[in-house]
This record gives sequence, C-alpha cells and structure tokens, in this order.
Amino acid sequence: MEVVQSHRKSSSNNVIVSTLPLYRSAPPLEVRLEDFELFAMDRLRVLKGISDGLGRGKKPEEMEKLIAYLWKANMRHPHANEEANKDIISHFVLRLVYCRTEELRKWFLSMETTLFRYRFRFESSEAQRALMSEFKLPYKAVSNAEFESVKDKLGQVARSMGQTLAAADAIFYKVPFEEVPELVAGRRVFIHKGHAYVAMNQVVSLVVTQFRSYLSKALILTNRKWTSTVREQEKDRLAPIVEALCTSYLGPDYSQPNEVGEISLKDIYQIAKTSFPLCMRHLFEKVREDHHLKHGGRMQLGLFLKGVGLKLDDALAFWKAEFAPKVSAERFDKEYAYNIRHNYGREGKRTDYTPYSCQKIISSTPGVGDHHGCPYRHFSEENLRAALVRMGVSSRAVEDVMDKVRNRHYQLACTLTFEAVHGSSCDAGINHPNQYFIDSQRILQSKNGSVA
Amino acid sequence: MTKEEAESGRDDMVIDGAEQANAVPDGFDANYLRIYYGKLFPHADMFKWMSYGNDGKHPACDRSYFGRREFSFTLENDIYIRFQSFNSVTELENSIKEKCPFKIDIGPVYSVDPAKRHAYAQGGDNVFTPVERELVFDIDITDYDDVRYCCTGADVCLECWPLMTIAIKVIDTALRDDFGFNHILWVYSGRRGVHCWVCDGKARRLTNEQRAAIADYFRVYKGNENSHKKISLPGPVLHPFLARSYTEVLKGFFEAKLLPNQNLLSCQERYEKILEMIPDASVASELRGRWQENKRASMSKDDINLVRWEQLKSVLQSGKQKTQGLRRCVEEVVFSFTYPRLDMEVSKHMNHLLKAPFCVHPKTGRVCVPIDPNNCDEFDPTTVPTLSQLLEELNRGGVREDAENELDGTSLGESVKFFRTSFLQPLLKSCKEEIERSYNAKLQQSKNTLSW
Repeated sequence: MEVVQSHRKSSSNNVIVSTLPLYRSAPPLEVRLEDFELFAMDRLRVLKGISDGLGRGKKPEEMEKLIAYLWKANMRHPHANEEANKDIISHFVLRLVYCRTEELRKWFLSMETTLFRYRFRFESSEAQRALMSEFKLPYKAVSNAEFESVKDKLGQVARSMGQTLAAADAIFYKVPFEEVPELVAGRRVFIHKGHAYVAMNQVVSLVVTQFRSYLSKALILTNRKWTSTVREQEKDRLAPIVEALCTSYLGPDYSQPNEVGEISLKDIYQIAKTSFPLCMRHLFEKVREDHHLKHGGRMQLGLFLKGVGLKLDDALAFWKAEFAPKVSAERFDKEYAYNIRHNYGREGKRTDYTPYSCQKIISSTPGVGDHHGCPYRHFSEENLRAALVRMGVSSRAVEDVMDKVRNRHYQLACTLTFEAVHGSSCDAGINHPNQYFIDSQRILQSKNGSVA
Repeated sequence: MTKEEAESGRDDMVIDGAEQANAVPDGFDANYLRIYYGKLFPHADMFKWMSYGNDGKHPACDRSYFGRREFSFTLENDIYIRFQSFNSVTELENSIKEKCPFKIDIGPVYSVDPAKRHAYAQGGDNVFTPVERELVFDIDITDYDDVRYCCTGADVCLECWPLMTIAIKVIDTALRDDFGFNHILWVYSGRRGVHCWVCDGKARRLTNEQRAAIADYFRVYKGNENSHKKISLPGPVLHPFLARSYTEVLKGFFEAKLLPNQNLLSCQERYEKILEMIPDASVASELRGRWQENKRASMSKDDINLVRWEQLKSVLQSGKQKTQGLRRCVEEVVFSFTYPRLDMEVSKHMNHLLKAPFCVHPKTGRVCVPIDPNNCDEFDPTTVPTLSQLLEELNRGGVREDAENELDGTSLGESVKFFRTSFLQPLLKSCKEEIERSYNAKLQQSKNTLSW
C-alpha cells in the first residue's frame, strides 16, 4: 500500500512532498463516526460551490478565486496533519456516496477533477514536477535540436492562443497525442506524426487527464464493492449516512414527473406560451413551423416534455401530428416512434432518460439545421433580442439580460428573463428547464388558482 | 461476340438478340443483389480486412477476433437486425448470400462474441463492451446546403462534388501528417458523401474521449441559422493545421472554383450572405453600395465574382483596418464555405455503426467504392458503377472459369484491385508485424521475470 501521509516534511533527505494527495488508496486511518459525516459535508460544500460556479459560466480566474475561498472556508484545520487527513477522508467518503449511479459518478468526477486541476495550478513548479512523476506519464522532454526544428510551429500555436512562446529555456514535452485529448480538441498544441508538443504550463492537462481516468475507474470499483458487500455490512451504521448525503445536496431529480402531475396534449400549446423557458419555446415554435426537428432538438424538447408530465401516448401523438405535413404516419412509425419510446424507457436497455439540465444544454454544440442548445449562448445578439421581445420582456430588462449574456452568465440571463416575464423574483436561479417550468406554473397557479 | 467487339461496335451495331439479353434495366432489388453478392462482392477481402491479421497461423493470432465484430444487416422491407457475428469467411459469405441485405453496417469489435452478449450484460468483471473500432468520419454534402446553389438535398453534381474532394484533402493530410496514421480508407457513400476509415491499431484502440478530441480538433464550423457568424477564427495567427489547410487547399479552391462556379457574389441575395459575416457594419455598407451601383454597369471581361472578391479583400486587408477581426474575416469567409463539415456524432462513439464499403446504395444503385485520396480530384460520382451496369457487364462477359476473372471483367474490378493493393496489403503487412512484435515483447518479458 502506498504511504498516504501528505504534508510538508522538513526531513533530512530534503524531499519536497506535495500537499496535494492523489487519493490512490484508502487511508489506514481511524475515523470517528461524526467526522465521517461532517468531513464529507464540508467537502460537499466545496464541490457544490464549484458546480454552481461552473453553471454560472465563471471564467478561469474567477473559478480560481472561488475555489481558493471554498477550500479555505470549509476544509482548513489548524493542524496541517489533520487537514491532510480531512482532505483524504472526505474524498473517500464521498466516493461511497457518489458511486451509485452513472449520473452521480459523472457529477462527482467532474467536480473532483475541476478541484484537482485548480489545486494543481496553485502548486509550485517543483511540486508539480514531483506530481507528474508520480503519475508515470509517458512524456519526454524535447531536446534542443528538436526544439529548434519545430520552434516556428510552436510559436505559431502559442500566438494562435494569444500567447507568446516563452524565452529560449522554454520546456516542452513530447507525448503521444492520445494522452492530451483536451489540448488536441482545443487545438492548443502542435501535433506532428502522432506526437503532441506540450508546453510546461499545459502539463496540468496531462496530469488532470490521468487523475480523471484513475478516479473514473476507481468509482466503478467502489460501486461494485459497495453493492456487493459493504452496503449490507454497514446497513445500520454507514449506509444511512451515505444515503442521506446523496439526496441532500444534489437537488431534485427531474426524471420522475411526480411534482407536476400530468399534462394533457391540449394543455401543451397553452403552457408553452406561458411557462416554457426560451430554449424550449424556440424548439417548440420551430417544430410547429418546420414540421420537423433534428435529433438534438427532438431529444432536448422531448425529454423536457416528459419531465413536464406529457405521457408517452400523448408525446407520440404530438410529434406525429406536428410532423404530419412532412412525414407520413407510416414513415413516422418506422423512423421516429422508436426513439420516442426509447426516451420513455420502453425500448432497448430501458433507461428512463432524464431531461437535460442547463449545464448540459449550454455545453451542447448545435450545428447546421439544429435548433437545440441554449439561446443565450448560441443565438446571435440580434436573434436573441428579437426572441426576448416576442416573449414579452421589456426593453430595459432585455438590456440587463444581454449584459449577462455578454459576460457569459447564461443561466443568470435566463433567470432575469424569468423574473421579467413573471414579475417576481427567482432567488434560487435557473439550473434546469423543468425547474423553470415548475416555478412558472407555481406562480401562475397562485395568481389564477388554476392551470394557466 | 467478345466483350471488346461488343463495346466498340455498340453504337453502330444492330441490336440483336444477344445484345438485348445482356441489357439490364436500371434498378435495385433483391434479385440484382443476389447476383451481386454471389459474384462480385469481395467477401474474402472484407474478411481479411476485418481480421487484421488474426486469421493467420502465428501463435499470437487471436482466433476469436473476427467473431467478436458486430455487423448489422438491413433487409428488404426495412427489417433491421443487429449484433450479427461470424466465425469465418464462409459464415460471413453464406449469411450475406442467404439474407441478401440491402445494407451492411460494420460495428465495433466487442469484448465477447455479440451473439453471446446476454450472458454478460451488467456488472461483474466480464462486461459486454466495445474494445476496438476504426476511427471513422462521415462527410455528407447536405451539410453544405447553405453554401451550394446548384443542388439541394440528396442531389450532387460535378459543381458541388469538389467540396467533398477538398474535405478529403484537408482531413487526409491531417490524419497522416498531424496524427501519424497510415492505414486510411476513403469510400464513396453511394449518393452524396464520403466515409473515412482509419484502421491503424492505435486508431482502433482509441477511447470515446480521444475520438471526440480528434473530432473537435477538426471542428471549425459551429453555427446554424440562429447565429450569424458560423466560423470564428480568433487569435492573431491560425493554428498550423488551419493555416496549412487554408494555403494548400481551401484558398485556391475557393477563389478558382467555388466563387465563380456558384456565383457567390453575383447577385444581392447571395452577396448579402457574405456581407453578413463582416463584423463591421460600415465596411459592409461600403461594399454593398459599390456593388449595388455596379449592378447594371458593364463589367470588364473578368468574372464579376472574382472582381468583387478582390475588392472585398483589399478593403478588409488594407492597412487602414485596425481591428484584427476584420483582417481575419477573409479567411473566415473562405473557411465557412469550404472547410470540411464532419458529423461529430459518427466519430465520437465506438459503438456507432457505419455502412460497409462495396455495399450498393438502394436509392442510386451505385456501389460504395474506395476513393484514392492522392487522386481524389479525378473521382467522379456520376460515373461510379451501378448495380444494373455491373450485371450487364457480367452478362456480356459470358461464362468465366473462375470468380476472380468475373470480377475483373467488370468496372468493379479496378476498385477492388485498388482496395487490395493500396490499402489492404500494406495494412495486413503492418498487422502481421505488430502481432509478431508484441508476441516477441511478451516472450522477452516473461524470460526476464523468470531469470533468477
């Protein structure tokens, strides 16, 4: 087992040990039961804070400040030793909480990786190099001779990102391109014959990819172990704590339309006008206008409607009717019905798909002929303004919304729109289109005493 | 009569009984296909390809490899069957001949034989999951409908087909020079696009994340009708990959071919689209004004599109323009019209099924033949052999001694030969070397661990 004591040792052999743990194996420590829960909740506050920050579209510099603040506020301890232990223990406890479903794993992986990335950046370069060697990355420092031969291209890449190539002692590493998918995807490295030339400051990406991949595998193993042996053993002690931790922080789950009740097909047209967020209004309008929607749009709108309470049969009737001018009933049954049934968990592996959250919609990539995505992000300024005016947003409010959009705060923009349209404030902020719908209906019903 | 005589004298000759018997009316149906699969479809070559050397005698050959590959068949009446697998070339061939699929798709190689997948489903250490799959790309000309005026939808002509040709050039060069891949097969999709199969071992073992990274590396076009600017090339300088694509392929093609052939600047409706891409409204109005005036004036002998393009370039690239964005605008226009538009989803997932080469397209009757990337300018989709044409050639050929000669006697022979010599043979040679190399490495390793 690896030694997981990770605090600064001023030992005789002068080894600088990083303060950043890699969570390679569970610590051989004793934990008090109260600490088990408390440590985890503190860490969860950090992770939730990161999640909020990302959802609001915060830029890297802002995230850096946010994470430093969150860590200091929640994870500090007067004794360095205790701090390190809390760090490790809280991580492993949360692994138990978040290993149970694909969605939970994805969220946890994403937040922990983000946390790790920023903490890595805070480290000194020697500490960073030490961490790199712990990961055993297959990189090679580029020799001077080779550097000279590719210097021009490296400079071009740097300038394409608005940076300059560092001075003559710039250190570059040569890695197989598969090791740095993030850098390749963003065209932030020069690649030649399968090798990527990675600058020292990009090394973070290398390390983070390794961290992520390791944690991803570890979570799956944890889940297996929990479900097969541990949960039963711990059913009176740890299991209740683990279950509670999970539901308390992740917010409502929109895969069960319990809160809403059912919506019938004829109601849909009315509520689309009053309670749909802009992204769904747009899709809804487009499908009625074009009598067609491409796959991305069908998924985003279809799952949203499911979350709103539209039953499968009504959904099939809706899409079939809207597509009718372009698609015969026969062709519809052949080419589209299957996928709608699939969304409702009636086909294939019977997964009951969850409606997309704002985070997912914002990060989608609508292409030619698509209408899905987040209008606050994906529309041109002109088109967005026009859409907001059509929704009935006052011109003053439109300016506020556009200001948020320019600063890439897409969810805040949607929240402002909600407030302008409904004439009341929305303190929690919009994180999910179905949440927008529910909140809207709640307000309208309290005003009218009926389904608006 | 001999084939030569029949062909040379065809136009003049009186149509006698033999000639009429040879003629095959245009079409696509199970009967035609039966003959095609019986005599022309290269079953053995497909088997050798999909085996990647594992059908050899070397002890390191994985006998289960071919059997773990998923094929799917679309039968007459649109019946679709997935998870077909075969243990030998005979099984593959017999199944195809018996079922006569209208379309054959190739999926990934799974961890176990797809036929046995239910025994493995969820959990445990043995999961049913893809383990290898070629890196594939799908380029479809309908994604370019907003920049071609000669055809729409499924039509393709020699004016707009070159958009596919330059897509091949850009992607092929990058796959070889940047990513270091060598075994690349380009195939005509049968109607309106091309597919690319990257078959290096390294490519087959890429994870979904790595595939997504490569697809994103290639992605430049991000818009749809809701946003105006569809291409954004930020930064003072282009990444070497984009710069090379621009100078070596895109610029020349745009200025010499696309601009004049598609009359992109000749009338207001069309030039508005380009003017819309200029971020500075006053510059756009200046050009608009000039072109509206010149509408009725007699032009010089030069093509009006080229003249106006020169005007646009000189205004945007003149020293007067301070902002970076304007100078870059020229490249953005060229990119938005010509840069390859890939279907991201096809490339990102290992389990995506893609049509097999040498299938016949049901709507056009054309065979999905390979395209030589080094000669892609010569490729003409309107002269690709059709099913009925091939059957006619077979009829004219009369009875042959063996299958090989029958194939050679048709226009398909050339395509199969190209497939073998420039793709299959080098690939198999490299596979063999890889198998031997890894075997020897393992032997060496076990020797090392055994030594005292």
